[in-house]
Amino acid sequence: MTAPLLEIDDLAISYKVGDHDQRVVHGVSFHIDRGEVVALVGESGSGKTTTAQAVLGLLAGNGRIEHGAIRLNGTDIAHWPQKRLDTIRGAVVSLIPQDPGSSLNPVRTIGAQVAEVLQIHGRGDRRAIRAQTLDLLTRVGLVPAEMRADQYPHELSGGMKQRVLIAIAVALKPDLIVADEPTSALDVTVQRVILDLIDELRRENGTAVLLVTHDLGVAADRASRLVVLQGGRIQEQGAVRDVLASPQSAYTRRLLSDAPSLTKARPARRAPTSGEDFAIVVEGLTHDFPVGGAAKSFRALDDVSFKVRRGTTHAIVGESGSGKTTTVRGVVGFLKPTAGRILIDGEDMTTLKGEALRQFRRNIQLVYQNPFGSLDPRQTIAQIVEEPLLNFAPPPKAERTKKVADMLHRVGLPESFLGRHPRALSGGQRQRVAIARALVLDPRVLVLDEAVSALDVTVQAQILALLDELQKALGLTYLFVSHDLAVVQQISDTVSVMYKGRQVDSGPIDTVFSRPDSDYTRELIDAIPGRKAPVLALSTASV
Amino acid sequence: MIRYLLSRVGQALLVLMVTFSAAFLLLQALPGDAIMIKFMSPDMGLSADQIAEIRAAYGADLPIWERYFQTLANFLTGNFGYSIQAGVPVSQQLQVNLPPTLQLASLGFVAAIILTITIAALSNVVGMAWLRTAIQSMPSLFISVPVFWLGIMLIQVFSFQLGLVSVISPGPVERLILPVLTLAIPISAPLSQILMRNIDEVLAQPFVAVAKAKGASHTWVLWRHVARNAVLPTLTIAGVLFGELLAGAVVTEAVYGLNGLGGLTNQAVGNHDTAVLQAIVVISALAFVSINLVVDLLYPVLDPRLGNKLGIAA
Repeated sequence: MTAPLLEIDDLAISYKVGDHDQRVVHGVSFHIDRGEVVALVGESGSGKTTTAQAVLGLLAGNGRIEHGAIRLNGTDIAHWPQKRLDTIRGAVVSLIPQDPGSSLNPVRTIGAQVAEVLQIHGRGDRRAIRAQTLDLLTRVGLVPAEMRADQYPHELSGGMKQRVLIAIAVALKPDLIVADEPTSALDVTVQRVILDLIDELRRENGTAVLLVTHDLGVAADRASRLVVLQGGRIQEQGAVRDVLASPQSAYTRRLLSDAPSLTKARPARRAPTSGEDFAIVVEGLTHDFPVGGAAKSFRALDDVSFKVRRGTTHAIVGESGSGKTTTVRGVVGFLKPTAGRILIDGEDMTTLKGEALRQFRRNIQLVYQNPFGSLDPRQTIAQIVEEPLLNFAPPPKAERTKKVADMLHRVGLPESFLGRHPRALSGGQRQRVAIARALVLDPRVLVLDEAVSALDVTVQAQILALLDELQKALGLTYLFVSHDLAVVQQISDTVSVMYKGRQVDSGPIDTVFSRPDSDYTRELIDAIPGRKAPVLALSTASV
Repeated sequence: MIRYLLSRVGQALLVLMVTFSAAFLLLQALPGDAIMIKFMSPDMGLSADQIAEIRAAYGADLPIWERYFQTLANFLTGNFGYSIQAGVPVSQQLQVNLPPTLQLASLGFVAAIILTITIAALSNVVGMAWLRTAIQSMPSLFISVPVFWLGIMLIQVFSFQLGLVSVISPGPVERLILPVLTLAIPISAPLSQILMRNIDEVLAQPFVAVAKAKGASHTWVLWRHVARNAVLPTLTIAGVLFGELLAGAVVTEAVYGLNGLGGLTNQAVGNHDTAVLQAIVVISALAFVSINLVVDLLYPVLDPRLGNKLGIAA
């Protein structure tokens, strides 16, 4: 029997934080055979990325391997100096990074960046390298290669950039590719195409893949074995089918049940499905952005209409560039549409100006995607939640303090958080603060712009439950913007599917999902990872 | 692209125009003038009528707006007027004093850039941690040193203590070494601080990790990936610091007893020689505006993202 390609044996990694070492990976062991795909699954902070970085010898400056071995083809590379690692990186082990947007040098052409890996490892003269570069670009579908090679990263879409990075990773036919969340930053339809491409190329070259992902669906679709990490320890590992069908650890079971999935039975929604009491009515919303010259313009929204009943949730689904954000900006009054009406409780937002608009905004509050960027790091939680009150005829101090404390309690945070700063809070806790801040003005409509997209599945499930509970208690109307159809199905009553500025599908969620009108919606549903795995449905049955 | 070029040149001209006007008004608002200082002293023994005649000859009795347009028209044709104190055309004085200052300033600028790159490169390449920390703290030291003190210290150490650079009748190159250093060190301090911070920021970018994953060595990554990205923001600051360079040149010339715009400015201020001051202000502004124009035009060359944006706009 031959030795595995990669064998990680009792690996412990720590980061130097201040004066002491903080261990983040505690004695992890697993292996990858030649040509095999192993998925490293876990939430943020599980140590999955750190483990992957260690395989490449690319730990951050304060990271250190405490003990353990990383055996590649039988040789322990864990303590190799960087100079020696340079000889195998790119050639024997390569990387497909997480965020294609920032993973290419903005000031060099993509041709030069693909050629570089060949230059570093001395594969031929200039002409040979140029020819190989064009071959690689063609292979990953960037055609015509001659033209693409001379383009800069900013001239390519996210999916195309990831193709460039894949070309770099496979250029020297390495034995192992470390793919660190290779598609998390991409739209679902693009995600599937990219994963297919990786699959195809790895089969062609017999390359093994260490797939790092937080998405169980992706792992289930693409890997043969799963390694589940939590807090730097392996919870469970084994064949994908076995792990999903009969998870051994409580953690894996929780991960499976929290993962939103289309196949899962969704909680019965008791929102009114008939009646004419609409909180939001959008009619013929159209918006043009001027591009360059005065005469030219780009139509970001084209005749979008939908109605949302009071106390229900309407989802807007679409990929980047679909017009989701423009719609939201119109509804919260940050943007004056070129044409169309937006009625909130019967009042036309688009005709409001200046102070009237400002006063009206208290009815519609917004919760943003990124809980790390949307809270002022210098304010305390109490100040953050109180601030909206100060903008609108503030009640006396004592009343405000009480209201803030009540609101914090509402979103399930202890009172001791009042004096803390955002940096002391986790992502989920921050998003609760953001929700409290939005609710403190007693709005009627809450716009949630990708509000759970940046959160781990378990936290995501908790926030969704909180939103549901708040809606019941306060009779709120939600406008829920998301790219994640599975999440949308869980929380929404009605949905609009947007594509290139147009609304291609609209209606009650069940109708749209079971009998979509447009090919695009069908494609979107098909592209959701994890649908192929029947075991996911099985796991929910046990909940 | 053409449109970008024209708008930048237009902005530069506007800045020059505003500088000219503001300088003119402020200089006219000063109490007293060069004619009074020179001719009204009792030693000259001139009568009030004679002084009035002299004023008329210099055009000093005309209303301010008339003088403004006359001076502007003269400047546009390259005529900077007469220095009242020296009694010669200002352009003649500039011919003598401008070249040495320009030489000093440009050499200082080049030296500052070399110093900046050396510090930034060393702080990223040197292996020993203590030495790296020492190099990294150099800019903070440099930035807190006043030019006049630095000049005196350099003379003390290099000329009197070590005897390396002669101060008494030095050669043409030897004469410039210490002044150029005096000028370069304080300019290089903020520049290298910014460059080092930018390098750190770029090093943390994902594309650097990708380059390393290709098997690129640290030096390869620094030169081929980090350098160009880190230089971009530094460039803007370099343009702004050029103004400081001119001010520094005036002090440096005084410390080392060199001829140049510094000495000329000193005299002109003392004598309220407005024509000379007006010319100096406009010439300094011209130098400043040109450098920044060059920086603006370099940007799209170094950063393809800007070139593309401009392409759409044009």
